[in-house]
Amino acid sequence: MNDLGWIDAVVAGVRPQVMGALLRYFRDLDTAEEAFQEACLRALRTWPQNGPPRDAAAWLILVGRNAAMDDVRKRARHTELPDEAELSDLGDAEASLADRLDGEHYRDDILRLLFICCHPELPATQQIALALRIVCGLSVGQIARAFLVSEAAMEQRITRAKAKIGNAKVAFETPGAAERAERLAAVAAMLYLIFNEGYSTNLAEAEARAPLAEEAIRLVRLLLRLFPTEPEIMGLTALMLLQQSRAAARFDGDGNVILLEDQDRNLWSTSDIAEGLALIDKAMRHRRPGPYQIQAAIAALHARAECAENTDWPQIDLLYANLERLQPSPVVTLNRAVAVSKVKGPQAALDMIEPLGARLQGYFYFHGVKGALLQRLDRNDEAREAFRRAIALAHTPAEAAHIRQHLDRLSS
Amino acid sequence: MLYAILCYNSEDAIGSWSKEQHAETMTRLHKVHEKLEKQNRIGPVARLLPTTAATTLRKGREDVVIDGPFAETKEQLLGFYIVDCASLDGAIEVARDLAKANPLTGAYEIRPVAQLHESHLPTEKKPAA
Repeated sequence: MNDLGWIDAVVAGVRPQVMGALLRYFRDLDTAEEAFQEACLRALRTWPQNGPPRDAAAWLILVGRNAAMDDVRKRARHTELPDEAELSDLGDAEASLADRLDGEHYRDDILRLLFICCHPELPATQQIALALRIVCGLSVGQIARAFLVSEAAMEQRITRAKAKIGNAKVAFETPGAAERAERLAAVAAMLYLIFNEGYSTNLAEAEARAPLAEEAIRLVRLLLRLFPTEPEIMGLTALMLLQQSRAAARFDGDGNVILLEDQDRNLWSTSDIAEGLALIDKAMRHRRPGPYQIQAAIAALHARAECAENTDWPQIDLLYANLERLQPSPVVTLNRAVAVSKVKGPQAALDMIEPLGARLQGYFYFHGVKGALLQRLDRNDEAREAFRRAIALAHTPAEAAHIRQHLDRLSS
Repeated sequence: MLYAILCYNSEDAIGSWSKEQHAETMTRLHKVHEKLEKQNRIGPVARLLPTTAATTLRKGREDVVIDGPFAETKEQLLGFYIVDCASLDGAIEVARDLAKANPLTGAYEIRPVAQLHESHLPTEKKPAA
Protein backbone atom coordinates (compact mmCIF):
# COMPACT_ATOMS: atom_id res chain seq x y z
CA MET A 1 0.00 0.00 0.00
CA ASN A 2 1.33 3.43 -0.91
CA ASP A 3 1.15 5.40 2.34
CA LEU A 4 1.48 8.77 0.70
CA GLY A 5 -1.57 8.13 -1.47
CA TRP A 6 -3.66 7.45 1.63
CA ILE A 7 -2.35 10.52 3.40
CA ASP A 8 -3.30 12.52 0.30
CA ALA A 9 -6.85 11.24 0.55
CA VAL A 10 -7.11 12.11 4.25
CA VAL A 11 -5.72 15.59 3.62
CA ALA A 12 -7.99 16.17 0.62
CA GLY A 13 -10.98 15.07 2.66
CA VAL A 14 -10.42 17.58 5.45
CA ARG A 15 -9.03 20.37 3.30
CA PRO A 16 -12.23 22.50 3.17
CA GLN A 17 -12.59 22.40 6.95
CA VAL A 18 -8.93 23.15 7.64
CA MET A 19 -8.72 25.93 5.04
CA GLY A 20 -11.97 27.40 6.35
CA ALA A 21 -10.66 27.52 9.92
CA LEU A 22 -7.25 28.93 8.88
CA LEU A 23 -8.98 31.59 6.82
CA ARG A 24 -10.99 32.60 9.88
CA TYR A 25 -7.79 32.92 11.97
CA PHE A 26 -5.74 34.84 9.43
CA ARG A 27 -8.49 36.56 7.40
CA ASP A 28 -6.20 36.38 4.42
CA LEU A 29 -6.35 33.74 1.73
CA ASP A 30 -2.64 33.63 0.93
CA THR A 31 -1.60 33.29 4.58
CA ALA A 32 -4.20 30.55 5.07
CA GLU A 33 -2.94 28.70 2.01
CA GLU A 34 0.68 28.95 3.13
CA ALA A 35 -0.24 27.72 6.61
CA PHE A 36 -2.12 24.80 5.06
CA GLN A 37 0.83 23.93 2.82
CA GLU A 38 3.18 23.97 5.78
CA ALA A 39 0.85 21.78 7.84
CA CYS A 40 0.66 19.28 4.96
CA LEU A 41 4.45 19.14 4.65
CA ARG A 42 4.72 18.42 8.36
CA ALA A 43 1.99 15.78 8.07
CA LEU A 44 3.94 14.05 5.32
CA ARG A 45 6.98 14.03 7.60
CA THR A 46 5.32 12.74 10.77
CA TRP A 47 2.24 10.75 9.75
CA PRO A 48 4.07 7.89 8.00
CA GLN A 49 5.92 7.17 11.27
CA ASN A 50 3.21 7.93 13.82
CA GLY A 51 0.21 6.98 11.75
CA PRO A 52 -2.45 9.55 10.90
CA PRO A 53 -3.99 11.30 13.92
CA ARG A 54 -7.54 10.32 14.80
CA ASP A 55 -8.79 13.81 13.98
CA ALA A 56 -6.72 14.86 11.00
CA ALA A 57 -8.57 18.17 10.59
CA ALA A 58 -7.85 19.35 14.14
CA TRP A 59 -4.21 18.30 13.76
CA LEU A 60 -3.76 20.24 10.53
CA ILE A 61 -5.57 23.31 11.86
CA LEU A 62 -3.42 23.42 14.97
CA VAL A 63 -0.15 22.73 13.19
CA GLY A 64 -0.99 25.13 10.36
CA ARG A 65 -1.88 27.87 12.79
CA ASN A 66 1.28 27.31 14.79
CA ALA A 67 3.42 27.17 11.67
CA ALA A 68 2.12 30.49 10.39
CA MET A 69 2.71 32.09 13.76
CA ASP A 70 6.11 30.42 14.07
CA ASP A 71 7.94 33.05 12.08
CA VAL A 72 6.49 35.87 14.10
CA ARG A 73 7.37 34.16 17.35
CA LYS A 74 10.86 33.24 16.23
CA ARG A 75 11.56 36.79 15.25
CA ALA A 76 10.35 37.87 18.69
CA ARG A 77 12.74 35.29 20.20
CA HIS A 78 9.98 33.47 21.90
CA THR A 79 10.37 29.90 22.98
CA GLU A 80 9.96 27.22 20.33
CA LEU A 81 6.58 25.62 19.93
CA PRO A 82 6.26 21.97 20.86
CA ASP A 83 7.29 19.60 18.09
CA GLU A 84 4.20 18.47 16.18
CA ALA A 85 5.54 14.91 16.23
CA GLU A 86 4.33 14.87 19.81
CA LEU A 87 0.88 15.98 18.71
CA SER A 88 0.24 12.64 17.09
CA ASP A 89 -3.25 12.31 18.49
CA LEU A 90 -5.99 14.21 20.16
CA GLY A 91 -5.19 12.79 23.56
CA ASP A 92 -3.23 16.01 23.58
CA ALA A 93 -5.11 18.60 25.61
CA GLU A 94 -4.32 21.52 23.34
CA ALA A 95 -5.48 19.68 20.26
CA SER A 96 -8.77 18.70 21.79
CA LEU A 97 -9.31 22.30 22.81
CA ALA A 98 -8.73 23.38 19.21
CA ASP A 99 -11.15 20.70 18.13
CA ARG A 100 -13.89 21.97 20.44
CA LEU A 101 -13.38 25.57 19.43
CA ASP A 102 -13.43 24.75 15.75
CA GLY A 103 -16.37 22.40 15.99
CA GLU A 104 -18.66 25.33 16.67
CA HIS A 105 -17.40 27.21 13.60
CA TYR A 106 -17.02 24.20 11.37
CA ARG A 107 -20.13 24.78 9.28
CA ASP A 108 -19.77 28.52 8.78
CA ASP A 109 -16.04 28.22 8.07
CA ILE A 110 -16.59 25.88 5.14
CA LEU A 111 -19.57 27.85 3.89
CA ARG A 112 -17.54 31.08 4.00
CA LEU A 113 -14.64 29.47 2.17
CA LEU A 114 -16.99 28.34 -0.60
CA PHE A 115 -18.89 31.61 -0.56
CA ILE A 116 -15.89 33.86 -1.18
CA CYS A 117 -15.39 31.98 -4.45
CA CYS A 118 -18.91 33.02 -5.55
CA HIS A 119 -18.10 36.72 -5.60
CA PRO A 120 -20.63 38.24 -8.02
CA GLU A 121 -17.95 40.23 -9.87
CA LEU A 122 -16.12 37.06 -10.79
CA PRO A 123 -17.21 35.44 -14.06
CA ALA A 124 -18.42 31.86 -13.66
CA THR A 125 -15.22 30.29 -14.98
CA GLN A 126 -13.12 32.23 -12.46
CA GLN A 127 -15.44 31.24 -9.61
CA ILE A 128 -15.02 27.62 -10.56
CA ALA A 129 -11.25 27.84 -11.00
CA LEU A 130 -10.88 29.55 -7.65
CA ALA A 131 -13.03 27.01 -5.82
CA LEU A 132 -11.09 24.12 -7.35
CA ARG A 133 -7.80 25.71 -6.35
CA ILE A 134 -8.68 26.91 -2.84
CA VAL A 135 -11.36 24.54 -1.63
CA CYS A 136 -10.48 21.33 -3.45
CA GLY A 137 -6.73 21.93 -3.62
CA LEU A 138 -6.40 20.90 -7.28
CA SER A 139 -3.11 22.08 -8.77
CA VAL A 140 -3.12 24.91 -11.30
CA GLY A 141 -1.96 22.36 -13.89
CA GLN A 142 -4.91 20.07 -13.17
CA ILE A 143 -7.38 22.95 -13.41
CA ALA A 144 -5.77 24.23 -16.62
CA ARG A 145 -6.15 20.77 -18.20
CA ALA A 146 -9.81 20.63 -17.21
CA PHE A 147 -10.45 24.02 -18.81
CA LEU A 148 -8.30 23.18 -21.84
CA VAL A 149 -6.11 26.26 -21.40
CA SER A 150 -2.39 26.67 -20.72
CA GLU A 151 -1.09 26.54 -17.18
CA ALA A 152 0.20 30.12 -17.45
CA ALA A 153 -3.23 31.38 -18.53
CA MET A 154 -4.91 29.56 -15.64
CA GLU A 155 -2.33 30.84 -13.16
CA GLN A 156 -3.09 34.37 -14.29
CA ARG A 157 -6.84 33.80 -14.09
CA ILE A 158 -6.60 32.52 -10.50
CA THR A 159 -4.26 35.31 -9.43
CA ARG A 160 -6.67 37.90 -10.81
CA ALA A 161 -9.64 36.26 -9.12
CA LYS A 162 -7.78 36.19 -5.80
CA ALA A 163 -6.87 39.86 -6.10
CA LYS A 164 -10.50 40.70 -6.69
CA ILE A 165 -11.79 38.85 -3.65
CA GLY A 166 -8.84 40.16 -1.62
CA ASN A 167 -10.22 43.65 -2.11
CA ALA A 168 -13.78 42.62 -1.36
CA LYS A 169 -15.06 42.68 2.18
CA VAL A 170 -16.04 39.26 3.46
CA ALA A 171 -17.91 39.11 6.72
CA PHE A 172 -16.06 36.96 9.24
CA GLU A 173 -18.72 37.23 11.94
CA THR A 174 -21.02 34.27 12.32
CA PRO A 175 -23.73 34.89 9.70
CA GLY A 176 -27.40 35.29 10.62
CA ALA A 177 -30.04 32.87 9.32
CA ALA A 178 -31.00 34.99 6.30
CA GLU A 179 -27.39 35.58 5.29
CA ARG A 180 -26.56 31.93 5.77
CA ALA A 181 -29.44 30.95 3.47
CA GLU A 182 -28.21 33.44 0.84
CA ARG A 183 -24.68 32.07 1.03
CA LEU A 184 -25.98 28.54 0.79
CA ALA A 185 -27.97 29.32 -2.38
CA ALA A 186 -24.98 31.04 -4.02
CA VAL A 187 -22.67 28.16 -3.12
CA ALA A 188 -25.17 25.57 -4.40
CA ALA A 189 -25.39 27.40 -7.73
CA MET A 190 -21.60 27.50 -7.99
CA LEU A 191 -21.28 23.78 -7.24
CA TYR A 192 -23.76 23.04 -10.01
CA LEU A 193 -21.65 25.19 -12.34
CA ILE A 194 -18.57 23.13 -11.46
CA PHE A 195 -20.52 19.95 -12.10
CA ASN A 196 -21.86 21.14 -15.46
CA GLU A 197 -18.41 22.28 -16.51
CA GLY A 198 -17.30 18.69 -15.95
CA TYR A 199 -20.29 17.27 -17.79
CA SER A 200 -18.81 17.56 -21.21
CA THR A 201 -20.21 16.92 -24.67
CA ASN A 202 -17.31 15.06 -26.18
CA LEU A 203 -15.22 12.14 -25.12
CA ALA A 204 -11.76 13.71 -25.31
CA GLU A 205 -12.88 16.57 -23.10
CA ALA A 206 -14.94 14.30 -20.88
CA GLU A 207 -11.79 12.55 -19.68
CA ALA A 208 -9.97 15.79 -18.93
CA ARG A 209 -13.01 17.25 -17.24
CA ALA A 210 -14.15 14.26 -15.22
CA PRO A 211 -12.39 15.56 -12.07
CA LEU A 212 -14.68 18.61 -12.09
CA ALA A 213 -17.83 16.52 -11.78
CA GLU A 214 -16.18 14.36 -9.09
CA GLU A 215 -15.07 17.39 -7.07
CA ALA A 216 -18.54 18.94 -7.38
CA ILE A 217 -20.12 15.77 -6.00
CA ARG A 218 -17.60 15.63 -3.17
CA LEU A 219 -18.35 19.25 -2.24
CA VAL A 220 -22.12 18.95 -2.50
CA ARG A 221 -22.01 15.88 -0.23
CA LEU A 222 -19.98 17.91 2.25
CA LEU A 223 -22.50 20.75 1.99
CA LEU A 224 -25.35 18.32 2.64
CA ARG A 225 -23.61 16.98 5.73
CA LEU A 226 -23.34 20.56 6.99
CA PHE A 227 -26.97 21.34 6.13
CA PRO A 228 -28.66 17.96 6.50
CA THR A 229 -32.22 19.32 6.59
CA GLU A 230 -32.14 21.43 3.39
CA PRO A 231 -34.28 19.69 0.76
CA GLU A 232 -32.77 21.71 -2.09
CA ILE A 233 -29.26 20.56 -1.15
CA MET A 234 -30.56 16.97 -1.05
CA GLY A 235 -32.09 17.68 -4.48
CA LEU A 236 -28.86 19.09 -5.90
CA THR A 237 -26.84 16.13 -4.60
CA ALA A 238 -29.39 13.72 -6.10
CA LEU A 239 -29.37 15.63 -9.39
CA MET A 240 -25.59 15.42 -9.72
CA LEU A 241 -25.47 11.73 -8.78
CA LEU A 242 -28.26 10.78 -11.19
CA GLN A 243 -26.63 12.67 -14.06
CA GLN A 244 -23.23 11.27 -13.16
CA SER A 245 -24.66 7.73 -13.11
CA ARG A 246 -24.89 7.85 -16.93
CA ALA A 247 -21.28 8.96 -17.51
CA ALA A 248 -20.08 5.58 -18.78
CA ALA A 249 -22.95 5.31 -21.29
CA ARG A 250 -22.74 8.75 -22.88
CA PHE A 251 -20.26 8.13 -25.71
CA ASP A 252 -19.92 5.51 -28.43
CA GLY A 253 -16.65 3.94 -29.57
CA ASP A 254 -15.95 6.89 -31.90
CA GLY A 255 -16.50 9.42 -29.12
CA ASN A 256 -19.94 10.53 -30.38
CA VAL A 257 -22.62 11.52 -27.90
CA ILE A 258 -25.29 8.88 -27.32
CA LEU A 259 -28.64 10.41 -26.42
CA LEU A 260 -30.35 9.34 -23.22
CA GLU A 261 -32.96 7.22 -25.00
CA ASP A 262 -30.31 5.32 -26.97
CA GLN A 263 -27.92 4.65 -24.08
CA ASP A 264 -27.10 1.14 -22.85
CA ARG A 265 -28.73 1.32 -19.44
CA ASN A 266 -26.62 -1.58 -18.17
CA LEU A 267 -23.71 0.86 -18.17
CA TRP A 268 -25.46 3.22 -15.77
CA SER A 269 -23.94 3.22 -12.29
CA THR A 270 -26.35 1.45 -9.96
CA SER A 271 -24.68 2.83 -6.83
CA ASP A 272 -24.97 6.45 -8.01
CA ILE A 273 -28.60 5.80 -8.92
CA ALA A 274 -29.38 4.16 -5.56
CA GLU A 275 -27.93 7.12 -3.69
CA GLY A 276 -29.63 9.67 -5.93
CA LEU A 277 -33.02 7.99 -5.56
CA ALA A 278 -32.63 7.73 -1.77
CA LEU A 279 -31.85 11.44 -1.56
CA ILE A 280 -34.71 12.62 -3.74
CA ASP A 281 -37.06 10.35 -1.78
CA LYS A 282 -35.82 12.00 1.40
CA ALA A 283 -36.10 15.52 -0.02
CA MET A 284 -39.70 15.08 -1.24
CA ARG A 285 -40.88 14.30 2.28
CA HIS A 286 -40.31 17.97 3.15
CA ARG A 287 -42.96 19.12 0.65
CA ARG A 288 -40.83 22.19 -0.10
CA PRO A 289 -40.17 21.74 -3.80
CA GLY A 290 -37.42 23.71 -5.53
CA PRO A 291 -35.71 23.71 -8.91
CA TYR A 292 -32.97 21.23 -7.97
CA GLN A 293 -35.43 18.78 -6.47
CA ILE A 294 -37.67 18.92 -9.53
CA GLN A 295 -34.78 18.41 -11.92
CA ALA A 296 -33.58 15.53 -9.76
CA ALA A 297 -37.09 14.04 -9.77
CA ILE A 298 -37.05 14.17 -13.58
CA ALA A 299 -33.63 12.49 -13.67
CA ALA A 300 -34.97 9.91 -11.19
CA LEU A 301 -37.83 8.98 -13.56
CA HIS A 302 -35.28 8.34 -16.31
CA ALA A 303 -33.16 6.31 -13.88
CA ARG A 304 -36.15 4.19 -12.84
CA ALA A 305 -37.14 3.28 -16.42
CA GLU A 306 -35.57 -0.06 -17.40
CA CYS A 307 -35.77 0.93 -21.05
CA ALA A 308 -36.49 4.21 -22.85
CA GLU A 309 -40.02 3.04 -23.85
CA ASN A 310 -40.96 2.67 -20.17
CA THR A 311 -40.17 6.29 -19.33
CA ASP A 312 -42.98 7.99 -17.42
CA TRP A 313 -43.33 10.94 -19.83
CA PRO A 314 -46.66 12.23 -18.44
CA GLN A 315 -45.03 12.60 -15.02
CA ILE A 316 -41.97 14.26 -16.57
CA ASP A 317 -44.29 16.69 -18.39
CA LEU A 318 -45.93 17.55 -15.03
CA LEU A 319 -42.58 18.06 -13.34
CA TYR A 320 -41.40 20.38 -16.12
CA ALA A 321 -44.67 22.31 -15.77
CA ASN A 322 -43.83 22.79 -12.08
CA LEU A 323 -40.30 23.85 -12.96
CA GLU A 324 -41.69 26.37 -15.47
CA ARG A 325 -43.81 27.91 -12.71
CA LEU A 326 -40.95 28.06 -10.23
CA GLN A 327 -38.23 29.14 -12.62
CA PRO A 328 -39.72 30.32 -15.92
CA SER A 329 -37.23 30.10 -18.78
CA PRO A 330 -37.50 29.31 -22.49
CA VAL A 331 -34.98 26.50 -22.05
CA VAL A 332 -37.22 24.81 -19.47
CA THR A 333 -40.18 25.13 -21.84
CA LEU A 334 -38.07 23.64 -24.63
CA ASN A 335 -37.22 20.66 -22.41
CA ARG A 336 -40.86 20.30 -21.49
CA ALA A 337 -41.74 20.24 -25.19
CA VAL A 338 -39.70 17.05 -25.57
CA ALA A 339 -41.85 15.40 -22.90
CA VAL A 340 -45.01 16.82 -24.50
CA SER A 341 -44.00 15.37 -27.87
CA LYS A 342 -43.92 11.91 -26.25
CA VAL A 343 -47.28 12.37 -24.53
CA LYS A 344 -49.32 14.41 -27.04
CA GLY A 345 -47.34 14.12 -30.25
CA PRO A 346 -45.05 16.36 -32.29
CA GLN A 347 -47.66 18.99 -33.26
CA ALA A 348 -48.46 19.89 -29.63
CA ALA A 349 -44.75 20.16 -28.88
CA LEU A 350 -44.12 22.31 -31.94
CA ASP A 351 -46.94 24.67 -30.95
CA MET A 352 -45.28 24.97 -27.58
CA ILE A 353 -41.84 25.93 -28.87
CA GLU A 354 -42.80 28.18 -31.83
CA PRO A 355 -43.20 31.24 -29.55
CA LEU A 356 -39.69 30.65 -28.14
CA GLY A 357 -38.04 31.22 -31.55
CA ALA A 358 -37.18 34.85 -30.93
CA ARG A 359 -35.47 34.18 -27.63
CA LEU A 360 -33.75 30.91 -28.51
CA GLN A 361 -32.63 32.02 -31.99
CA GLY A 362 -28.96 31.34 -31.18
CA TYR A 363 -29.47 28.13 -29.20
CA PHE A 364 -28.22 24.96 -30.84
CA TYR A 365 -30.57 22.65 -29.00
CA PHE A 366 -33.70 24.67 -29.97
CA HIS A 367 -33.11 24.14 -33.69
CA GLY A 368 -32.22 20.49 -33.12
CA VAL A 369 -35.49 19.81 -31.27
CA LYS A 370 -37.51 21.83 -33.77
CA GLY A 371 -35.95 19.93 -36.68
CA ALA A 372 -36.73 16.57 -35.08
CA LEU A 373 -40.38 17.59 -34.49
CA LEU A 374 -40.79 18.88 -38.06
CA GLN A 375 -39.26 15.68 -39.35
CA ARG A 376 -41.82 13.61 -37.46
CA LEU A 377 -44.55 15.73 -39.06
CA ASP A 378 -43.04 15.02 -42.51
CA ARG A 379 -42.29 18.71 -43.03
CA ASN A 380 -38.88 17.74 -44.39
CA ASP A 381 -37.80 21.00 -46.05
CA GLU A 382 -38.42 22.94 -42.87
CA ALA A 383 -36.73 20.20 -40.85
CA ARG A 384 -33.64 20.41 -43.07
CA GLU A 385 -33.52 24.16 -42.56
CA ALA A 386 -33.73 23.77 -38.77
CA PHE A 387 -31.00 21.10 -38.72
CA ARG A 388 -28.71 23.31 -40.85
CA ARG A 389 -29.14 26.11 -38.37
CA ALA A 390 -28.39 23.77 -35.48
CA ILE A 391 -25.16 22.62 -37.14
CA ALA A 392 -24.09 26.23 -37.64
CA LEU A 393 -24.60 26.83 -33.90
CA ALA A 394 -23.01 23.61 -32.64
CA HIS A 395 -20.31 24.11 -30.01
CA THR A 396 -18.50 20.86 -30.63
CA PRO A 397 -17.87 18.61 -33.64
CA ALA A 398 -19.79 15.88 -31.76
CA GLU A 399 -22.91 18.05 -31.55
CA ALA A 400 -22.68 18.88 -35.24
CA ALA A 401 -22.08 15.25 -36.17
CA HIS A 402 -25.16 14.22 -34.27
CA ILE A 403 -27.41 16.62 -36.19
CA ARG A 404 -25.76 15.66 -39.46
CA GLN A 405 -26.99 12.09 -38.89
CA HIS A 406 -30.55 13.44 -38.88
CA LEU A 407 -29.89 15.37 -42.08
CA ASP A 408 -28.44 12.27 -43.72
CA ARG A 409 -31.53 10.28 -42.76
CA LEU A 410 -33.73 12.97 -44.35
CA SER A 411 -31.80 12.88 -47.61
CA SER A 412 -31.83 9.12 -47.99
CA MET B 1 -20.49 -17.38 19.18
CA LEU B 2 -21.67 -14.98 16.48
CA TYR B 3 -20.09 -11.53 16.43
CA ALA B 4 -21.21 -8.40 14.64
CA ILE B 5 -18.39 -6.21 13.36
CA LEU B 6 -19.44 -2.62 12.78
CA CYS B 7 -17.33 -0.52 10.41
CA TYR B 8 -16.44 3.10 11.13
CA ASN B 9 -14.38 5.53 9.09
CA SER B 10 -14.32 9.12 7.86
CA GLU B 11 -16.64 9.73 4.92
CA ASP B 12 -14.54 12.75 3.94
CA ALA B 13 -11.43 10.61 3.58
CA ILE B 14 -13.17 7.76 1.77
CA GLY B 15 -14.91 10.26 -0.51
CA SER B 16 -11.45 11.51 -1.48
CA TRP B 17 -10.10 8.09 -2.46
CA SER B 18 -9.21 7.67 -6.09
CA LYS B 19 -10.93 4.94 -8.13
CA GLU B 20 -7.74 2.90 -7.87
CA GLN B 21 -7.67 3.25 -4.10
CA HIS B 22 -11.30 2.13 -3.95
CA ALA B 23 -10.63 -0.85 -6.18
CA GLU B 24 -7.49 -1.87 -4.25
CA THR B 25 -9.35 -1.73 -0.96
CA MET B 26 -12.30 -3.73 -2.27
CA THR B 27 -9.97 -6.40 -3.69
CA ARG B 28 -8.23 -6.78 -0.34
CA LEU B 29 -11.54 -6.89 1.54
CA HIS B 30 -12.97 -9.48 -0.85
CA LYS B 31 -10.04 -11.77 -0.10
CA VAL B 32 -10.94 -11.60 3.58
CA HIS B 33 -14.63 -12.22 2.75
CA GLU B 34 -13.83 -15.18 0.51
CA LYS B 35 -11.81 -16.94 3.14
CA LEU B 36 -14.68 -16.65 5.62
CA GLU B 37 -17.23 -17.67 2.97
CA LYS B 38 -15.33 -20.89 2.24
CA GLN B 39 -15.43 -21.69 5.94
CA ASN B 40 -19.16 -20.81 6.13
CA ARG B 41 -18.33 -18.36 8.88
CA ILE B 42 -19.72 -15.13 7.48
CA GLY B 43 -23.31 -13.90 7.72
CA PRO B 44 -24.90 -11.12 5.64
CA VAL B 45 -22.58 -8.21 4.79
CA ALA B 46 -24.08 -4.81 4.10
CA ARG B 47 -22.54 -1.65 2.74
CA LEU B 48 -24.62 1.39 3.64
CA LEU B 49 -25.20 4.55 1.59
CA PRO B 50 -23.48 7.65 3.04
CA THR B 51 -24.90 9.34 6.16
CA THR B 52 -26.23 12.11 3.89
CA ALA B 53 -28.94 9.58 2.92
CA ALA B 54 -29.78 8.87 6.58
CA THR B 55 -32.96 9.77 8.46
CA THR B 56 -33.45 9.32 12.21
CA LEU B 57 -36.61 8.56 14.13
CA ARG B 58 -36.20 9.93 17.66
CA LYS B 59 -38.55 8.27 20.15
CA GLY B 60 -40.38 10.34 22.76
CA ARG B 61 -43.91 11.21 23.82
CA GLU B 62 -44.23 11.93 20.15
CA ASP B 63 -41.81 10.44 17.67
CA VAL B 64 -39.81 12.97 15.65
CA VAL B 65 -38.29 12.35 12.23
CA ILE B 66 -34.95 14.13 11.78
CA ASP B 67 -32.81 14.38 8.65
CA GLY B 68 -29.35 13.00 9.12
CA PRO B 69 -27.65 10.21 11.04
CA PHE B 70 -27.92 9.35 14.72
CA ALA B 71 -25.54 11.78 16.40
CA GLU B 72 -25.92 11.30 20.15
CA THR B 73 -23.17 9.81 22.24
CA LYS B 74 -25.26 9.04 25.32
CA GLU B 75 -26.95 6.02 23.77
CA GLN B 76 -25.34 2.87 22.51
CA LEU B 77 -25.91 0.71 19.45
CA LEU B 78 -27.98 -2.28 20.58
CA GLY B 79 -29.00 -3.96 17.36
CA PHE B 80 -30.14 -3.53 13.80
CA TYR B 81 -32.81 -4.64 11.32
CA ILE B 82 -32.69 -4.98 7.57
CA VAL B 83 -36.15 -4.45 6.08
CA ASP B 84 -37.46 -4.27 2.51
CA CYS B 85 -39.56 -1.13 1.86
CA ALA B 86 -40.74 0.60 -1.31
CA SER B 87 -39.66 4.02 -0.05
CA LEU B 88 -38.25 5.94 2.87
CA ASP B 89 -41.82 6.49 4.10
CA GLY B 90 -42.24 2.72 4.31
CA ALA B 91 -39.04 2.37 6.33
CA ILE B 92 -40.14 5.16 8.68
CA GLU B 93 -43.46 3.31 9.12
CA VAL B 94 -41.59 0.19 10.23
CA ALA B 95 -39.46 2.24 12.61
CA ARG B 96 -42.64 3.77 14.06
CA ASP B 97 -44.07 0.31 14.66
CA LEU B 98 -40.86 -0.67 16.43
CA ALA B 99 -41.02 2.53 18.47
CA LYS B 100 -44.59 1.72 19.52
CA ALA B 101 -43.44 -1.65 20.76
CA ASN B 102 -40.46 -0.14 22.54
CA PRO B 103 -41.43 3.47 23.24
CA LEU B 104 -40.14 6.72 24.79
CA THR B 105 -36.36 6.57 24.75
CA GLY B 106 -33.80 5.84 22.08
CA ALA B 107 -33.78 6.31 18.34
CA TYR B 108 -33.71 4.44 15.05
CA GLU B 109 -31.34 5.56 12.33
CA ILE B 110 -32.68 4.61 8.91
CA ARG B 111 -29.98 4.12 6.29
CA PRO B 112 -30.53 2.81 2.76
CA VAL B 113 -28.39 -0.27 2.05
CA ALA B 114 -26.10 0.16 -0.95
CA GLN B 115 -25.04 -3.49 -1.26
CA LEU B 116 -26.09 -6.64 0.56
CA HIS B 117 -24.21 -9.92 0.33
CA GLU B 118 -26.07 -13.01 1.42
CA SER B 119 -25.23 -15.05 4.46
CA HIS B 120 -22.85 -18.01 4.24
CA LEU B 121 -23.67 -19.24 7.73
CA PRO B 122 -25.23 -22.68 8.08
CA THR B 123 -28.95 -22.23 8.79
CA GLU B 124 -28.77 -24.07 12.10
CA LYS B 125 -26.16 -21.63 13.42
CA LYS B 126 -27.57 -19.76 16.40
CA PRO B 127 -26.00 -17.18 18.69
CA ALA B 128 -24.93 -18.42 22.11
CA ALA B 129 -27.92 -18.36 24.43
